[in-house]
Amino acid sequence: MASVEFRNVTKTFGSFNAVSDVSFSIGDGEFVCLLGPSGCGKTTSLRMIAGLETPTAGQVLIGGDDVTHYHPKDRQISMVFQDYALYPHMNLADNIAYPLKVRGKSVTERHGRAREVADVLKIGHLLDRLPSQISGGQQQRTSLARALVYPSQVYLFDEPLSNLDAKLRLEARGFLNHLQRDMGMTAVYVTHDQAEAMALATRIAVMDQGQIVQYASPIEIYRRPATTFVANFVGNPPMNLVPVDAVHGDGQLQLSAIGITLDGLTMSSAISAALGGGKTLTLGVRPEHLAIAEPGAPNTISGQLFANENMGPESLVTIERPDGSRVTARIFTDDHIALNDAVTLGFSREHVHLFDGVGNRIPADGE
Amino acid sequence: MKLTLSAFLGRIAFSALAALIGAAFALPLLWFLFAPFNARAELGLAVPDPWTLANFVTVFGNNFAVRALWNSLIQSVGGVILVGAAATLAAYALSRSALPGKRAVTYILLLFSSVVSGSAAMVPIFLIVSAAGLMDTHLAVILTFAGGLLPTAMFILRDFIDSIPKSYEESAMVAGASPVQAFFDVALPVIRPGIVVVVVWSFVNIWGSFLIPFILLRSDTNMPASVAIYSFYSEAGTPIVTLLAAYSLIYSLPVIALYLFVSWKFGFRFFGGIKA
Amino acid sequence: MTTTQIETKPKRKVRNFALLSNKAGAAFLTPAGLLVSVFVIVPFFWVIFVSFTNRTLLGKTALNPEFVGLANYFTLFDPSNFLQRGQFGFSLILTTQFVLASALFGQALLGLLLAWLIQTVPPWVKRITETFVIAAWILPEVVIGFAWFAFLDRDQGTLNAMLTSVGLPKGDFLLEQPFWVIVVFNTWRGAAFSMMLFGSAFSSIPPSYFQAADVAGASSWQKFRDIGLPLIRGHIVTDLILITMWTFNTFTPFLLTNGGPSYRTELVSIYNYRVAFNDFQFGKGAAVGVIMMLINLAFALVYLSLGRKKKG
Repeated sequence: MASVEFRNVTKTFGSFNAVSDVSFSIGDGEFVCLLGPSGCGKTTSLRMIAGLETPTAGQVLIGGDDVTHYHPKDRQISMVFQDYALYPHMNLADNIAYPLKVRGKSVTERHGRAREVADVLKIGHLLDRLPSQISGGQQQRTSLARALVYPSQVYLFDEPLSNLDAKLRLEARGFLNHLQRDMGMTAVYVTHDQAEAMALATRIAVMDQGQIVQYASPIEIYRRPATTFVANFVGNPPMNLVPVDAVHGDGQLQLSAIGITLDGLTMSSAISAALGGGKTLTLGVRPEHLAIAEPGAPNTISGQLFANENMGPESLVTIERPDGSRVTARIFTDDHIALNDAVTLGFSREHVHLFDGVGNRIPADGE
Repeated sequence: MKLTLSAFLGRIAFSALAALIGAAFALPLLWFLFAPFNARAELGLAVPDPWTLANFVTVFGNNFAVRALWNSLIQSVGGVILVGAAATLAAYALSRSALPGKRAVTYILLLFSSVVSGSAAMVPIFLIVSAAGLMDTHLAVILTFAGGLLPTAMFILRDFIDSIPKSYEESAMVAGASPVQAFFDVALPVIRPGIVVVVVWSFVNIWGSFLIPFILLRSDTNMPASVAIYSFYSEAGTPIVTLLAAYSLIYSLPVIALYLFVSWKFGFRFFGGIKA
Repeated sequence: MTTTQIETKPKRKVRNFALLSNKAGAAFLTPAGLLVSVFVIVPFFWVIFVSFTNRTLLGKTALNPEFVGLANYFTLFDPSNFLQRGQFGFSLILTTQFVLASALFGQALLGLLLAWLIQTVPPWVKRITETFVIAAWILPEVVIGFAWFAFLDRDQGTLNAMLTSVGLPKGDFLLEQPFWVIVVFNTWRGAAFSMMLFGSAFSSIPPSYFQAADVAGASSWQKFRDIGLPLIRGHIVTDLILITMWTFNTFTPFLLTNGGPSYRTELVSIYNYRVAFNDFQFGKGAAVGVIMMLINLAFALVYLSLGRKKKG
């Protein structure tokens, strides 16, 4: 196992900046998820670690060595591909043992080792089959087995679960989590699924437009999203974001928007700095921090019921505010609220997130 | 009910029309179903009485005819090996390397290959072959066909390779394979169906061709079956119909067999797009 | 899961990773590049060069041809006999008529009709019809030539036998109507390509489009006109250009008629052959080749620009 480091890495394709001046490091034994929408540069970053793309500028280090210009075969890494890349003409045993074959291992060693790994992944009984003769979930495990069959410095995963159906995906996610805890492997995992990233990662790098927006532990990203982009991307359903007008005087900050009542907040230096850029801020509250409240009570948002989706253990209650924007609450309710009924949703002070005019987080007191 | 009745009648009319056109296409070929098996066959359509393989025995007893088939085989197999190998390598490079200008190369080759047809370039091809001292040799035919078929073969294969995910070779290299190992262990086996199609296509083209060997070959000993058949029926006197019928059938068999093979293996539409 | 030591190997530096390095790529391209250069690209330029000489197959101008400028082209385009039988102009016009009648009209229309019919008929009718249409296309050209030679025979041929049986007079079609014989012949020979191209185009249209039309009560003709035809417009253009080029260059009718009788089926490809290899005038033959290639070039440029537009 080894660490990975990016030093001012840039990758351009023609005039398109896939990755712009990114620096970050991954500690030995860490499981880092690169999370972001498609085209954010996460896969390109992963492929630069693998050596399948060469950076336009900057350095990539694995275990302290500058591997920027190493051929992929010389990097001692493993990678699981989104489409699994199982060789259609080889049976599972040969697929799994291919890395050992190119390392010149004997047939007996190859097959013994392939069987060991396959047994752990519960595909030991399929070793004679061709990839086309097994299910999608089994194919996924075969590609994982091929990555685990030889010792690696870093394990790379390129959306390995995105081709599985929902149930298998959960199962595979649990297995990967177990594996990571068991092996303590250094892993870089690309995904656009925030739940996957939250479940697996020791740290998440949220990427947008070729840059890392926030690099922190899952809980930190959930509790203190650095930007409205992160707030919107992590959490399901995403955080409600409402533009509010800010007025401040005698140490107090008053925020106002139609249909919203808010207690005054204590002014902080961070807030006054943010207000230098304009007097519109963004207020954020997560759906799970909203609950039905009395109309007119402090710290509430009100509107008319737009939709009420029963999810089993909870409901997603969406209201439409007078300006047409919508706010969703994740609440436990059996109440029969009719369409267009007036609904008031309340939240508590400590669950309020504030973002400045360009979407950056304004740290709360004590952050 | 009226609607379904008219739809039903329409269906019958369509089927009848399709069958009629099919029959029109079959007519000129019907003769070939009977004459090879008729020891007294003439140019008229007649059911053999009795059915016999005597004509085939005559063909295989005719040294010139057998020799010509053998020549066809040499030229086709030689050409196919060259086209298959060179096109695979070139198409792989066009698909997988980052060579600057490969798009321009592709475009220029495609342009030239459609401009320089055999019937437009027969004079310079003749001159090049004779300048190289290859006149009246198998090699002349093999090389000419290899050059002429290669551009199209390359494009068919390049498209095929483009449609294969790069993750095959990428995963091999990440797992420690050198580019050579990745090519032979992973890429080549995955590309094989495309190579088979190209090889079959080249074989059928060379095997059935007439003009190029007709121009480049002079002596009877090198002549392929296509030229032999033409000389059988075009030269003075009445053609020996029995021999010709059986010989033409034998000569057509590889093409029919390969066609059936490809349509069984890949479905004939795939084959459809790529002849000529 | 493992305790094996990480092995260390010598590491080769790559400047810019690609699955195939530029050096290897160039090596991979070399064999094909050489063959294509010598047998496709060189002939293209050589034919232009030869067309400005009086090179012949035999005699002293075979070895030491003289530069004659545009003389070969002036001969080809000599207004005093341009349109006479056996001259270039006659051949060019004949070829144009041949392409119009047998490719653009015959092959394309018949192919379109077949492709549409075959969609709707029972599978066994489809299979039998397809088999014969495709057989006409894949069998070697000399075999086809001989088959038609037998089919059209004055005394015994199948066609005349059929005509007689319905009380019509026999005809020696190769002598009386040679042009229409090669038109029908080429239509018959090549319709399969258009049929298959249009067939695969039709089958790439989602069936739901036609089902929606069925629900709306459209007739078969309306479905063809309003859905099928507009959606395969691109394929039609492709088909027309390809079959035009192939028909323009085809040499196969030679196997049926030898260009005769008295030059009445002498297409430019056959004219080129006669000038170069019967009359042994390579310079003049080369000039014909150059004109053919220019015509090919025009079609190829149109075709390639269409292909580019589709990709871009």
